Amino acid sequence: MSESVLRIVWIYPDLLSTYGDRGNLLILARRAAIRGIPVETYQVRSDQAMPSTADIYLIGGGEDGPQALASQRLISDGGLHRAVNQGAAVLAICAGYQLFGHSFFAKGEKCPGLGLLDLHSDRGETRAVGELRGDIDPRLGLPPLSGFENHGGRTHLGPGVAPLARVTAGIGNDGQTEGAWHGKILGTYSHGPALARNPAIADLLLRWAIGADSLAPVDDTWPDKLRAERLAAAGA
Amino acid sequence: MPLRAKVATSVSKTAAALSRAAGRGDGSVIGGWIGLKIDPDLLGHLAAGRAIALVSGTNGKTTTTRLAAAALGVLGPVATNSFGANMPTGHTSALAKAGATPFAVLEVDEHYLARVIDETNPRVVALLNLSRDQLDRAKEVAMMAQMWRSALAGHPDVSVVANADDPMVVWAARGSSHITWFSAGQRWHDDSFVCPESGHPIERAGGDWWCTGCPLRRPQPQWRVEDEGVVDPRGDWHLVKLQLPGSVNIGNAATALAVAAEFGVRAIEALPRLSTVASIAGRYAQVDRDGRNIRLLLAKNPASWLEAFDMAEQAPTLLSINARDPDGFDTSWLYDVDFSPLHDRPVLITGDRAFDLAVRLEVNGIAFRHVLSFEEAIRSVPPGRLEVIANYTAFQDIRAELDRVN
Repeated sequence: MSESVLRIVWIYPDLLSTYGDRGNLLILARRAAIRGIPVETYQVRSDQAMPSTADIYLIGGGEDGPQALASQRLISDGGLHRAVNQGAAVLAICAGYQLFGHSFFAKGEKCPGLGLLDLHSDRGETRAVGELRGDIDPRLGLPPLSGFENHGGRTHLGPGVAPLARVTAGIGNDGQTEGAWHGKILGTYSHGPALARNPAIADLLLRWAIGADSLAPVDDTWPDKLRAERLAAAGA
Repeated sequence: MPLRAKVATSVSKTAAALSRAAGRGDGSVIGGWIGLKIDPDLLGHLAAGRAIALVSGTNGKTTTTRLAAAALGVLGPVATNSFGANMPTGHTSALAKAGATPFAVLEVDEHYLARVIDETNPRVVALLNLSRDQLDRAKEVAMMAQMWRSALAGHPDVSVVANADDPMVVWAARGSSHITWFSAGQRWHDDSFVCPESGHPIERAGGDWWCTGCPLRRPQPQWRVEDEGVVDPRGDWHLVKLQLPGSVNIGNAATALAVAAEFGVRAIEALPRLSTVASIAGRYAQVDRDGRNIRLLLAKNPASWLEAFDMAEQAPTLLSINARDPDGFDTSWLYDVDFSPLHDRPVLITGDRAFDLAVRLEVNGIAFRHVLSFEEAIRSVPPGRLEVIANYTAFQDIRAELDRVN
């Protein structure tokens, strides 16, 4: 691994990849490669040690059992905590987002999370399923969030994080806010291949990772058409 | 049959005929819906006196049902829901329409298996596989396996025919006392990395699998696929000649033979009947139009896309994706499919959710052209084979343009 290579880790695809989460790894790698940034991607399974020196970490959605198991293993491994303390960028989705908080519920039990985001999750009365849309924190300078959500959890933010977005359609954390942002960590309920509809978030992660204020533009004709269609479908 | 059930059956048939005459569909759902409104126990009444096999799973159940019905035909008339209408309304319609038959083979949506077992008192239940399918509303895979397990626990007299290659299916079937295991392969492993019994990782090597934390492991199958044929429980190998493409259909044939064997049908008797099946409600159908030989392949979830790529020839290929109610509203699964087998052929895309597909193919490095209609797709390719791979409602749309080809 040379220092000039961008290293992206997909955390525990054997446990947390219920909804096409691989897409985010593929999209980040492609958008880096188009800019001439050399990329190495790593799929780290739950029986392997978690490297602490990568630049971007991705963690996806999953069922209750695997979610609890993933959290347990990441806590005892410690590699992800070291990586975050060293300033790695993170995109955490659905179950992966919940386990970044202090606690979450799986199979009816309260489980300890990684404590890397100041939030906790419990179960909602209804499952949130459908198109999700939100206005992203203006300090990030990004266009609206578009996603598809499918989760039974509700997430409560502490003072140590900012909401990633204000919900304009769908549920997100609680019907008002969606996701969380702290430092270079982004969490969202926009599930699965969230970056397919949000290439600006992909580029934000890349900019954070390489320390650049801007990146060369990419032909986003198809992602833009998809975004326009889905934002309109979400209404609001 | 009670009078109420007789009336319900008659009305059900009439409604189905009206639906077909009006060109509104196959009539395979509306008739049953009306019948069940008049007599809520109609399915049970229609099932009584028949020897029934139920076929459930995420993938291959329509084809396996069709093949099993063909195999059971050796013994006499068989009622079956061959239009893929696989919920209780569809079962009711199919049995009402068939009249009194000694046998029935019914495809059952995996969510309804418990209820249909309770109502039809089947002799055999075949469990094919469990993988992700329409997760925006379907139960998670582990929950589905638990539902199956509980359903079978309440019916110890049912013979279970189950896939030894799928850990979720094995775990669901394990409690039954009469089990026949078949091996039809499991192309899709991503939903069974974790043992449903112990929560430990599942290891795989060759065709074998085992849990690293408890005794759950692959049982020895009595029926298995070998080369272009099937090995039966006595160890005899039978060549399987099908009109249906792909190795996955050899596996479906093995399952059908195992189901038929539970009724006493020998493989050697059943095989000639399997080879008469050419297409199933439009699936695998070939239609000639404007010099193009169009073949229809249905792919409704990641596992079946892999199978469709395996069956498709290296020819211009139209992909069509919708996300309507029967498809599920979520298109995330597109990233669970590796489209790279298509890199060496012209690819066209269409459907309600063509833009999702466009972004996916771009990420996959597959060149494509977006067309706005099926007609435009036909005009865009040279004479010869056009492979069409579509998900459920997109498939039905295209089938409608081809005069509802069967």
